[in-house]
Amino acid sequence: MGIISMRISKIGYLIKEGIRGIFLHGFMSFAAVCVTVACLLIVGSFACLTYNVSLMVEDLNKTNEITVIIDENLPYAEALSVGTDINLVDNVLKSTFKSREEAWKDFLEEHEGDDAFDGVMAEDLRHRYVVVLEDNSKIEQTVEEISQIPGVAKISADFQLAEGFSTLQNVLRIASLAVVAVLLGVSLLIISNTVKLAMYDRRDEIAIMKMVGATNGFIRLPYVVEGFILGMLGAAAAFGLEWLLYDWMLRELDKVDTLNMFNFVPFEQLLIPMVTVFAGAGLFVGVVGSWSSIRKFMNV
Amino acid sequence: MIEFSKVTKSYSVGTRALKGVSMQIEDGEFVFLVGPSGSGKSTIIKLITGELKPTSGTVHVNGYSLERIRKREIPYLRRTVGVVFQDFRLIENKTVYENVAFVMRAIGAREREIRERVPYVLNLVGLDTKSRRHPGELSGGEQQRLAIARALVNNPSTIIADEPTGNLDPARSLEIMSLLAEINNLGTTMLVVTHEMDLVERFPRRVITIDDGLVVHDGMDGYYQYENQ
Repeated sequence: MGIISMRISKIGYLIKEGIRGIFLHGFMSFAAVCVTVACLLIVGSFACLTYNVSLMVEDLNKTNEITVIIDENLPYAEALSVGTDINLVDNVLKSTFKSREEAWKDFLEEHEGDDAFDGVMAEDLRHRYVVVLEDNSKIEQTVEEISQIPGVAKISADFQLAEGFSTLQNVLRIASLAVVAVLLGVSLLIISNTVKLAMYDRRDEIAIMKMVGATNGFIRLPYVVEGFILGMLGAAAAFGLEWLLYDWMLRELDKVDTLNMFNFVPFEQLLIPMVTVFAGAGLFVGVVGSWSSIRKFMNV
Repeated sequence: MIEFSKVTKSYSVGTRALKGVSMQIEDGEFVFLVGPSGSGKSTIIKLITGELKPTSGTVHVNGYSLERIRKREIPYLRRTVGVVFQDFRLIENKTVYENVAFVMRAIGAREREIRERVPYVLNLVGLDTKSRRHPGELSGGEQQRLAIARALVNNPSTIIADEPTGNLDPARSLEIMSLLAEINNLGTTMLVVTHEMDLVERFPRRVITIDDGLVVHDGMDGYYQYENQ
């Protein structure tokens, strides 16, 4: 009981010292928090942006449709039933039936004012399905499966466009990961240097502690507590600012984007990943930064 | 007890700071360590506090063999040796009380013990009425007395005072030396490194003179007259 109460009181003292250190070294604490906020804000904003662009590309990808032309000899009712088989194929998100009359209307609209197509009648066209795929990278395999369905005469699909979307998505994913990783690395370096400066400021204090027989753990813990609190403060401030900035950007975008071209997700949807990443980065930067920075001054 | 046996110490730059020092300081002794600048006095202190390891020979301090001490044992060695520096080395943002109390906390003392021991030690050095002040608010002599209180608070068996009067006027120097002598009378081994020969003459104690990395004189009969004295 005695040992336990002694340890608890000692830990309590060390935590209190850590909190006290934040106020005692006010300017360096402020600098460390500001640098953490700035770096996390840059990383967070870029991550939000790339996430949204990636979603937009995914949406665009979904608009890449394939057209399944039905055998002209199939009566209307049977042509309609082919849709059931198409929907059973893996990777088909949805299929929409378009009768030859509807297809003809679309055709006329598309070629309005073009005399060359004046003689085209509805009977010249065939019933069809407009099919949207879940994953365009599997377009060839899906087209092959649909072409096996009885009643399907021909499939019109733009393989190149589908591949282009897949490639764009992959490039975007790799590029954003690389940029976020680089930004995070640079941020950690800057923050760790700031923490090192704060430690340098206190090298004499650390040397005195070593000289009077304090163990490394006793010396380190208040700095680690301090680093933890500063890291968390920085992360919390960066998170709050990111939220405000994101909401402000959405409001401004709404004003100018009358065609609704940009479809950003609300920040609430990003809440959990953002909290996790910011808290993790704050914790890592604060605790690991102070722990490793202090090592240099411990060799007395 | 401090015991050096044929101790040599060479630095990586090639300087040979100690060239075979042998000496023994018994528990409860008061010893002056004198010598010119660069003679090896600081190296001896660093060897005693575990900041350095000897190149050859053996160093025993209060039961620890310094030539083979493990890193994690060094804090425990240092708790047996209180050090007083010429430049005081106090923590400016802590009060007088806290400057002394944190040394006890560093060794895991209970708050109750700290509350009892710190006022006692501050009273011993004559700073009990200034416990709430910060080092910057104290005179040079008071700051050195605070440094002595800090060195004393964990009841070390040995105190090393490295030029403790170097920054003080003659009257304050005398006060500090008298305080160190009083502490020695209570049973603490005292090793005082100094340049000030008038103080050595005023306090007739054993004197070890170091010159060019060697003990050139050791005895109660004054000191060896070295060149740049």
